[in-house]
Amino acid sequence: MSKLTLKTEGDTHVIVTRRFAAPPAAVYRAHTDPNLIQKWLLGPEGWTMRVCINEARPGGKIRYEWTNGKGSEFYLTGEYVELEPYSRIVHVERMHLPDPTPDNHVETRFDTDGTGTLMTMRMTLPDAETRGAMLATGMERGMEASYARLEGMI
Amino acid sequence: MSKALSLDAAFAALGDATRRAILARLAKGEASVMELAEPFEMTQPAISQHLKVLEDAGLVVRRVEGAKRPRRLAKAGIETMDQWLAMLRKALDQNYDRLDQVLAGMEQPKARRGEKR
Repeated sequence: MSKLTLKTEGDTHVIVTRRFAAPPAAVYRAHTDPNLIQKWLLGPEGWTMRVCINEARPGGKIRYEWTNGKGSEFYLTGEYVELEPYSRIVHVERMHLPDPTPDNHVETRFDTDGTGTLMTMRMTLPDAETRGAMLATGMERGMEASYARLEGMI
Repeated sequence: MSKALSLDAAFAALGDATRRAILARLAKGEASVMELAEPFEMTQPAISQHLKVLEDAGLVVRRVEGAKRPRRLAKAGIETMDQWLAMLRKALDQNYDRLDQVLAGMEQPKARRGEKR
């Protein structure tokens, strides 16, 4: 059974949860250290992140560039809003395909769960249409900025 | 690409509570527009408008039965969405499975060489 849950909430939110065996400090670090991010935030097989800028401070920049080595590439930019080591990150992000998608406002929480961590990522899109478009096309280019499942919706 | 476009419409169609409720009702079986309108404080034309969005998105189909046009879920459309979501979920799973490996290889705070942060 997968440890991941994805669901929509209301008209504009997408919620992702995932449990990790490591404590919150480690999971937080894996989300804010460029050298670590580059090892896992890759999407489907075959994609690599050739640029990883992650300035983990309020106002700090985020820029991820991915390529599949076969001529396909795209990037994501964002800014940090708030960081509370090691429990909470708030940031804004958008994909460039190459036109920028509307801003996705993301709050990520890392809560202690036994000896591990429960991560809860709450995304807020500007409107239902944007969320719809994100769910339908967001990951097509191999990216992970979008997430979703219709659990309980139908 | 046309597949992605219809998915686009399908997910956008779901961005409305009334339409989700209509789908939930249709999941229990075929229903007339009047039956579908009943639980909502909405006119039949308003419900028909929502049904049109769902039909255009490929999630609902209508059948002709005399003067009636009962609606039911379009299995193919729903299944396409399910498959798509399963794919998204898999891509996400792959990321987080990799993260599990990264975490397993990291020094934990209580490890011998107590590295800071």
